[in-house]
Amino acid sequence: MAPVIHLENLSKSFGPLKAVQDLSLTIEEGEIFGLLGPNGAGKTTTILMILGLVEPTSGKAWVAGFDATREAQKVKEVVGYLPDQVGFYSDMTGLENLKLTGRLNGLTEGEAEKEALLLLQRVGLQEAALKPAGTYSRGMRQRLGLADTLIKRPKIIILDEPTLGIDPEGVREFLALIRELSREEKLTVLLSSHHLHQVQAICDRVGIFVKGRLVAQGTVAELSREILGEDAYSLTIAGEPLSEAILQAIAQIPGVTGLRREDGTLTVTAREDVAPALARTLIEKGFRLERLEPQHYGLDEIYHRYFEGGV
Amino acid sequence: MRRSLAVLFQKEVADYLHSWRFPILMGLIALTAIASMYTASQAIQEAVNRADQPLGAGYLFLYLFTTSDGRLPSFLAFVGFLAPLLGIGMTFDAISSEENRNTLIRLLSQPIYRDDIILSKWLAALAVVTVSFLALGFFVIGGGILAFGILPSLEEVARMLTFLLLTAVYVAVWQSLALLFSLRFKSGATSLLAGLAAWLFFMLFYPMIVNVVAPITGQGSVAKVLGEISRHLWLSRLSPVFLYQEATETLLSPDVRSLMPITLEQAYGALPTPISFGQSLLLVWPQVVTLLAMSAVLFALSFVLFMRQDIQSR
Repeated sequence: MAPVIHLENLSKSFGPLKAVQDLSLTIEEGEIFGLLGPNGAGKTTTILMILGLVEPTSGKAWVAGFDATREAQKVKEVVGYLPDQVGFYSDMTGLENLKLTGRLNGLTEGEAEKEALLLLQRVGLQEAALKPAGTYSRGMRQRLGLADTLIKRPKIIILDEPTLGIDPEGVREFLALIRELSREEKLTVLLSSHHLHQVQAICDRVGIFVKGRLVAQGTVAELSREILGEDAYSLTIAGEPLSEAILQAIAQIPGVTGLRREDGTLTVTAREDVAPALARTLIEKGFRLERLEPQHYGLDEIYHRYFEGGV
Repeated sequence: MRRSLAVLFQKEVADYLHSWRFPILMGLIALTAIASMYTASQAIQEAVNRADQPLGAGYLFLYLFTTSDGRLPSFLAFVGFLAPLLGIGMTFDAISSEENRNTLIRLLSQPIYRDDIILSKWLAALAVVTVSFLALGFFVIGGGILAFGILPSLEEVARMLTFLLLTAVYVAVWQSLALLFSLRFKSGATSLLAGLAAWLFFMLFYPMIVNVVAPITGQGSVAKVLGEISRHLWLSRLSPVFLYQEATETLLSPDVRSLMPITLEQAYGALPTPISFGQSLLLVWPQVVTLLAMSAVLFALSFVLFMRQDIQSR
C-alpha cells in the first residue's frame, strides 16, 4: 500500500480568514477516508487544494505522485471529483453529459458512448439515460455525478458532501454503491461529510476537521477509544438470572471496566470489544441469555466533543 | 486546435444553435435586413439614376446596403445599431451561467486547460455570428440578383464580403466586452444591463460628449478649423461605433476618397471617379486594425481575469 494522497503542512488563508491550517494527512491506496467536520470547517477548500484548483498559501499536496499545484493537469487526469452542488447541462441528456466529460478526458465519441452507457447502468440510471438532466431528482443527479467522476477511469475519487439532500434510503444505496465500486475498482475514496452517522459505516478511517484544523484521525473505533477512554464499548445484556455470581464473572473478563444494572438489563462497558468473551462466560455460567446487544461506539459523544464543544 | 478546445467548441456551438436567444437575435436582424432591403428596392429608381452618373456607376448592389427612402434607416445603419446587441446577447452570461448552473467546477476538474473554456465560448459565439452574417449577406446578394437581373461585379462582392467580415469583428468587440461583464458580475441580469448601458453610452451619449468637449465651430482660420476637426475625429475614434461606421461607409461607398477634410486646393484637378477596392481598404485599414485590437484587448482582459479567479467554495 502506497500513499496516494499526501498532504504536508497545507495551509490556505483568504485574507485574514484561515480556512485551512497546517494540515498533514496521508491516505493509502484503496482506502475510504472520511473528512468529517461541521459546515465551514475548510473541507471543501482542502479538496480544491488537492485538485489543484486552489493554490495553497503554504505547504504541499501530493496526489498519486504529482504535485497538485504544479502538475494540476496530471492530477485531474487521475482524480474524479463530485462537487457538493453538482450541476449538469440541463438541456442535454444524462448520457450526453457523461459523453462530454468522457470526450474531455480523451475518449473518442464511440468509446465515450460505450463507457457512459456502462456507467449509467452501474449507477442504476439506464432508464433515465435519454432524459434531459434537468428533469433528474437530487438523488439521480448525485448518481449521475458519481458516474461522471468514474468515466475518466480515475485512481481516486473525491466526493464532497455526497449524501447531502438525499433521503435516508437513497443515502444507504448511494454509500453501498461507493463501497462496492471502491472494492471492485480498487479506488481510493476521499469523502467529506458533516454527518458522522451516515459515513462511519463505509469509511475505513476518518479525520475530524474543525475550524481549519484536523483535530483527530483514525478509525471510528480508535477515535471513540481516544475520546471515551475506558468506556469506549458498551453492551446491553438481558436474561436470567442476574445473580451476584454472574456479575462477578463478568467483571473478571479482561477489558471490562464497569457494570450497571437497570431494571432487568445489564450494561457492560469495556475498553475493547468483549462481546465474544462475554457470551462465552455467560453460557458457561448457565445464564439464560435473551439479548446481547452492542451499543453504538458513542458516536454522538464524538460528534459533540469535537464538532460542537470545540476541542 | 487542441482536442479539448474542439470538444468544448462543438458543445458551445450546439448550445447556441439550440438556445432561444440566437434565433431571436438573428431573427431581429434578418427582419430589419428584409425591411430595409425592401425600402431600398423601392428607392432603387433613385439609385439607378445615381448609378447612371459617372460617380457611382456600376455599384448598384452596394446601394442596397446603403440606400434608404427616408422612412427606414439603411441596412448599414441598422446593422451598426443592432450588431452590438447581438454581441452582448451572445456572451453576457457565458461564464456566469456556468457558475450558476454549477457546471463550471465540474469542467474545471477535468484535465483541460482553463483557457480552453473561455476561448471555446468566445470562438463559438464568433463563429456562429460570422456564419450567420455571411449567410445574410449572400441572401441580400441573391435577392439583388433576382430583383435587378444583373450579376454583381467582383469588386462589389469583395466590398460586401469585407463589410460582412468587418461586421463580425465589430460584433467580436461587443462580445468580448460582454464576456468581461459575465466574469465580473455573477448575475446574468446585471451583466446584461451593464452591456446595454455600454451600448447606449457609445450609441447615444458618446457623440454628444465629443461634441461638447471638441466642438467644430467652423469659424476662424483654416488651420484652426482643421485643428478642431482633427481633435473631434480623434476623440470620436475612441468609440468602436464610430470606427465601424467610418470603415463600413467607406467600404460600401467607393466615392469616399478621404476620411479627413479635403481643402479645395487638394481636390483641384482630382478626377471624380470612384476609388478601387484596394484603395478603400487602405483608407480604412487603421479603423479595421483598431477594432481588431479593441476586441483582442478586451478578450485578453477577460482571459487574465478568468485565469486569476479563485475557485470559491460555496
